[in-house]
Amino acid sequence: MTSEALTSSDYIRHHLQNLTCGFQEGHFHCAHNAEEAKAMGFCALNIDTLGVSLILGLVFLFFFHRVAKSVAQGVPGGSQNFIEWVIEFIDNSVRGSFSGRSALVAPLALTVFIWIFLMNLMDLIPVDYIPFVAEQMGVGHFKVVPSTDPNATIGMAIGVFFLVVFYSVKIKGLGGFIGELTLQPFGKFGLPVNIFLEGVNLIAKPISLALRLFGNMYAGEMIFILIALLPWYVQWTLSLPWAIFHILIVTLQAFIFMTLTIVYLDMAHQEHH
Amino acid sequence: MNINATLLGQTLMFAMFVWFCMKFVWPPIMAALDARKKQIADGLAAAERGRHDLELAAKRSAEVIREAKEKAADVIALGDKRASEIIEEAKAQAKLEGERIVAAARAEIDQEVFRAKEQLRTQVSAIALSGASKILGREIDAKAHNDLLEKLVAEI
Repeated sequence: MTSEALTSSDYIRHHLQNLTCGFQEGHFHCAHNAEEAKAMGFCALNIDTLGVSLILGLVFLFFFHRVAKSVAQGVPGGSQNFIEWVIEFIDNSVRGSFSGRSALVAPLALTVFIWIFLMNLMDLIPVDYIPFVAEQMGVGHFKVVPSTDPNATIGMAIGVFFLVVFYSVKIKGLGGFIGELTLQPFGKFGLPVNIFLEGVNLIAKPISLALRLFGNMYAGEMIFILIALLPWYVQWTLSLPWAIFHILIVTLQAFIFMTLTIVYLDMAHQEHH
Repeated sequence: MNINATLLGQTLMFAMFVWFCMKFVWPPIMAALDARKKQIADGLAAAERGRHDLELAAKRSAEVIREAKEKAADVIALGDKRASEIIEEAKAQAKLEGERIVAAARAEIDQEVFRAKEQLRTQVSAIALSGASKILGREIDAKAHNDLLEKLVAEI
């Protein structure tokens, strides 16, 4: 949808702008450009990110829950077969990486994997479809891939971070957790160094989770947008191979996020001295 | 692309989804998977047991057949023995019978001989009598000389 009036950089900027809405001067209103969105500060919501991820999460849970309710012990049908295959895959991953016993980790891994997979999958919708439809409906901006919004990925990473801290404290006790942060690797005489090293170690977990997913998806989205700048009759020569390659990225990033979540929780469950 | 409260919304949504998944999605599916796993394991165990039973039955039937064969061989051997016994018995009886028949025949022969001798003796005495009467030229009174003649017959 490159209209004549828009330059390439306008087009790109337009596509990278979330639908940011918030209360400003007493009334609810959505930002028209990046400057306005910035001016709203922290008390604003990216409606597109939240909406799409909510819908995708509900689709995931609805589909899985419907199968779970009617799950049969005998010969499974088509959708049950597929879901069981996914569940077995997740279960094997959890068993492979997570040494403790927890009722939370496997469902967490399943949610992380499917939800992120679906969010990433939105990347394969041609970049102009949904913004175009949104524009016709009077909505200026709409970014359809939630995982290209750092808010979404950092939000999930914070969730995982809370769980890591929670389980560290639960398994090792508050003293054990603090001891782990302060007394290694150099013993009590290297206390400041220890705090620095272990602090970085701890903080790096959610940051690496969030930025890895965000960076990959953002870069992929960016390339789709750049391809969309080409004349329409040559676009497919680039967008098709990139889309096919992106199917791999989409799955791989969801899998990496899931595996790292499992591994971090496994580390939180392990006592080491 | 700026950080705002979306982040908190996303975290909240994440937590709710995970909670829902943990409560209503994972356990029933996992329970069904475990139940099926158990069912399959039970089925395999039952099949194994069946195979074992079959093996036992085959062994048992072979045993029964072997016993039956042995018994049949015994019966046959017994039958053979009994048959030869019967034959021996029959032989002995036949021999006895034969001897009895031979003895009876011999007795009859003796009797016959005796009778023939008797007859011969009377005929000889008659011949002697007629000879003597011819020689003497006169008829001897058979009645008068009967006791003499009888004496003569006894002498022959």
